[in-house]
Amino acid sequence: MRQTCSIAKATPPMNALSPAPVTTPQSRATPAEARPFVRVDGISHRYGRGAPVLEDICFNVRRGEVLALIGRSGCGKSTLLHLLAGLSTPGAGQVHIGDRPVTGPSNRWVMMFQSPSLFPWMTVFQNVELGLRFDGRRTQAKHRVPQVLELVDLSAFGDRNVQDLSGGQQQRVALARSLAPEPDILLLDEPFSALDAFTRRSLQGEVRRIAKSLGLTLILVTHDVGEAALMADRAVLLTSGPGRVAADTDIALDDDDRSEATRAFRAETARLSQLYAEVAGMSAATDTPRQKGSAR
Amino acid sequence: MSDAAISPAASGPRLPNLGRLAGLVHAAIGMSLLYLVWWIGGRLVAASPDMFAFADFAPGPALSALWNMVQSGEAWAMTWPSLYRVGAGLLAAIVIGVPLGIAIGRVAVLRQITNVPFQFLRMISPLSWMPIAVMAYDTWDGAIIFLITVAAVWPVVFATAAGVRRIDPAWLKVARNLGAKPFHLLTTVILPAIAVDILTGIRLALGVAWIVLVPAEYLGVTSGLGYAINDARDTLDYARLAATVVIIGVIGFGLDFLCQQAVQRLNWVRTDTP
Repeated sequence: MRQTCSIAKATPPMNALSPAPVTTPQSRATPAEARPFVRVDGISHRYGRGAPVLEDICFNVRRGEVLALIGRSGCGKSTLLHLLAGLSTPGAGQVHIGDRPVTGPSNRWVMMFQSPSLFPWMTVFQNVELGLRFDGRRTQAKHRVPQVLELVDLSAFGDRNVQDLSGGQQQRVALARSLAPEPDILLLDEPFSALDAFTRRSLQGEVRRIAKSLGLTLILVTHDVGEAALMADRAVLLTSGPGRVAADTDIALDDDDRSEATRAFRAETARLSQLYAEVAGMSAATDTPRQKGSAR
Repeated sequence: MSDAAISPAASGPRLPNLGRLAGLVHAAIGMSLLYLVWWIGGRLVAASPDMFAFADFAPGPALSALWNMVQSGEAWAMTWPSLYRVGAGLLAAIVIGVPLGIAIGRVAVLRQITNVPFQFLRMISPLSWMPIAVMAYDTWDGAIIFLITVAAVWPVVFATAAGVRRIDPAWLKVARNLGAKPFHLLTTVILPAIAVDILTGIRLALGVAWIVLVPAEYLGVTSGLGYAINDARDTLDYARLAATVVIIGVIGFGLDFLCQQAVQRLNWVRTDTP
């Protein structure tokens, strides 16, 4: 099962194509943390007997790091996140979070989805305490739920039915629900894509701020380069059909620069867009020759 | 004051706006019309040379008989055994029907296997099982409860299964993701999500059970509303017979009303946002 992983091997063209600091996981591990917090070892996956969706995915994530997985729709990034969350089992390879192999869902690694999917028959409080309840920690909920509601700025809404809330507020409740059991890692599957632009921008900033204040590790799936630049410390770019790691690059922005107004942000977004376009072009060139031929 | 004059034109005749009382007033009008039809029917029967012997079916004699039955406690005495049988039959139908419905709603193969046989069984009148029920059970009560269960189980099964199939798969995924065990999925997601569907099924089942009850009580037993009807017919006491019919209607309506209230209480679907 165990495969040898090397990002560098998987991405020879990118070193030449881009000035981005493409690094191997080995080189980024600090001496203090010899073992990376999340280890993704040679994940491959296909649905039934279909074509492979993911092939030999390897990357590591440090504790407290915010990582963006960027790729086009259908590149398998959402599948990858489901595998990381233990919601499905990979065809090959293994995921470790902390020292534990991921063999199924757990409230140590919690995923947030595109839609908040709150339970409409419950109040905000009851929705948020679910993870604690499933864990038999219901007595803790009395203290913990108000804490996380405070964190997402919804303290006054505990007794309300979730159907009274706006889309942005509902997604905040979903965030609070994910945070309540104090997970080690939060996996975000394009959780803001259904929101209006203004609400989206404010939540993106807020989630990063909360993750940093809690020291929470965050893996975020997106096709929006701007979102990655706003939120992430590092980006892994995926090709599509099958999804492979094509580039792994640091997003070197200060927190003050993480706003659409700054020059540094615009430069970083432009760099990521360029990289994204190259990765997309690479997968189109290698994986769909027949389609290109018929298009001519 | 001039509001009435400029109110939007209605497509048909409209009653004055009564606000909250509208429902009650409309119901009163409907019941008055029903009473009128009953009264006219009574007059026609009394006037007919072929049927005048049945004139006690008319509202006057029937309602005074009903008053006597209520005062003497006879009305309750005949209702309790019937309520017990319907309650026990319905309980058995729920105990069998809800788990079965959840299983059928969750497991596609089970749904495909059971679909045709269940639709087949559903279309058999529950009363057709009467000879078998009488043989299989030692007591008449047992046989009647069995017949009511057979009648009531299908609406519960089908409504539960339909509710389960409508559950948003994202809810189950979210719950699993937060570490829910199968038991948690059942108690925190599936059952609350389908509570209204189950109650709607129970409400339908109650209607069917209440209808099956009376003919089922024609046989063997010496208590209950069906027996009272049969007994009144045999003693030619048509006022009592009509009064029993009224009791059956009132109790059935009351039970259905309770179910409807429960459905409204448990319903979490918002039609309007405050």
